[in-house]
Amino acid sequence: MTYERTIGDTILAVDQISLSFGGVKALSDISFSVREHEVFAIIGPNGAGKSSMLNCINGFYHPQEGTITFKGKTRRQVRPSEAARDGIARTFQNIALFSGMSTLDNIMTGRNTKMNKGLFWQAIRVGPAEKEEMAHRAVVEKVIDFLEIEAIRKTAVGTLPYGLQKRVELGRALAAEPDLLLLDEPMAGMNLEEKQDMCRFILDVNDEFGTTIVLIEHDMGVVMDISDRVVVLDYGKKLAEGTPDEVRTNQDVIDAYLGVSHGEDE
Amino acid sequence: MLFFLETVISGLMAGVMYSLVALGFVLIFKASGIFNFAQGVFALFAGLALYDFIAEDGWFYDLFGFALPVWLGIIATMGVMVIVAWLVERLVLRHLVNQEPIILFMSTIGLAYFLEGVGDILFGSDVKPLDIGLPQGASDYLLDNYNLYVEKLEVVAAVVAAVLVIVLAIFFQKTRIGRALRAVADDHQAALSVGISLRTIWVIVWSVSGFVALVAGIMWGSKSGIQFSLSLIALKALPVLILGGFTSVPGAIIGGLIIGVGEKVAEVYAGPFVGGAIENWFAYMLALVFLLIRPQGLFGEKIIERV
Repeated sequence: MTYERTIGDTILAVDQISLSFGGVKALSDISFSVREHEVFAIIGPNGAGKSSMLNCINGFYHPQEGTITFKGKTRRQVRPSEAARDGIARTFQNIALFSGMSTLDNIMTGRNTKMNKGLFWQAIRVGPAEKEEMAHRAVVEKVIDFLEIEAIRKTAVGTLPYGLQKRVELGRALAAEPDLLLLDEPMAGMNLEEKQDMCRFILDVNDEFGTTIVLIEHDMGVVMDISDRVVVLDYGKKLAEGTPDEVRTNQDVIDAYLGVSHGEDE
Repeated sequence: MLFFLETVISGLMAGVMYSLVALGFVLIFKASGIFNFAQGVFALFAGLALYDFIAEDGWFYDLFGFALPVWLGIIATMGVMVIVAWLVERLVLRHLVNQEPIILFMSTIGLAYFLEGVGDILFGSDVKPLDIGLPQGASDYLLDNYNLYVEKLEVVAAVVAAVLVIVLAIFFQKTRIGRALRAVADDHQAALSVGISLRTIWVIVWSVSGFVALVAGIMWGSKSGIQFSLSLIALKALPVLILGGFTSVPGAIIGGLIIGVGEKVAEVYAGPFVGGAIENWFAYMLALVFLLIRPQGLFGEKIIERV
């Protein structure tokens, strides 16, 4: 870390979360906490339950046991729209953009939770709605500027190359001005240059806006470089939690990645 | 020449009617990716409900001893359609989130027959002449000056359709809810992640298509009475959609007009050579041709799947 940030108090506390689908246990008894302004990574082999964990945090999955505390509100089950209103934004492992809409409109949807002027006023674009729309456009333009995607603001996102789509998706999440940003494999499938760009954006977001970031990533080099702390999952269980250095030298973690502990190929 | 013009105009007007029904399909398809087989039944149901609110032999009259004025009847019917939309979300769609489109489609077929049955039980199955005071008969002005026979009602229908399209276009393109609707249509999960409530959106979009169904029901009802065959115009809307593209509001309008004119002209000019009844199959034939050469329709989005 070359820049200065103040890590604050706990913003997200995951407490003894268990999640199963039918008989399959996706997560068992997972606890960890994320502090304000932190970059926090969830790592682990395929099928470890990383995405399930994110899905619990933003309300896509409802864990059978345990609670999640975000900004002081403790809940077991939260609806995705509530999570979004509380300030949790996310991106997806497989890009989930609104492919028929332009970059601008996609990012604009990120402002959804912040818009509240009446439908009628929006339709005729006068009075309070006009002002509101302008204010939201300003935020969106700032995001576009920040992610250096001015050139594609009117392009339908379905036609963009993969790396740019990932960037637009990040933009949509940023437009919500979230307190907590969940990134599910933000660098999956990218080439080296795109990865470097994405790394830079993630760090800049964290640095400039102070956004707390929880990310899942396979690229170990990246994870170790940008994260403050890491939690390691394997087969739905927590193996380790700590700074990248602590985790790197943890024997359980080494075993999980080499496949020793289960005696199977991973 | 004059006769040809009359044929085309009457085709255009029939086309407007198809368009009105097709519009309801497009709305739901755009916003939820569901092909709502029940749209025709929605129009029927709305028409029946409206009739019973405003007619002197409706059950509202039986219950309260007076019939509602037309404007109040329309508002009340709109209320009924919102309730129907809410129930559809609550009882059907909510349990089918993230299912395959074909499963959702099947559920709307079930819905269609269910609603038709309920409509029958509640309102009876007689043909009911709906009279909400729309002008009837031929336009004297056109008849006197240009010797053209044009139904006034059809002109009204065309104007209504035009207004409806403009309102819907603004709603879809300019409002937050419109944007949310398009977002939901594209990706459920992503829409949820930006805080759009799927349930609210579905109730809204089904209500809006209920509203469109009400307009269609009024127009068809004023023209030929409210009858159960109205639910079958849903089938006529299918070729209209194939022609116009399933996701395009203007497509639904243009598609409807082309089909309307096409089948009238074909019937009048080619009918005698093949013994008539072209009107019954012309639209499907045209749809088939379109499926072969331009499957996304005139205005539909071309789907390019990356591999």
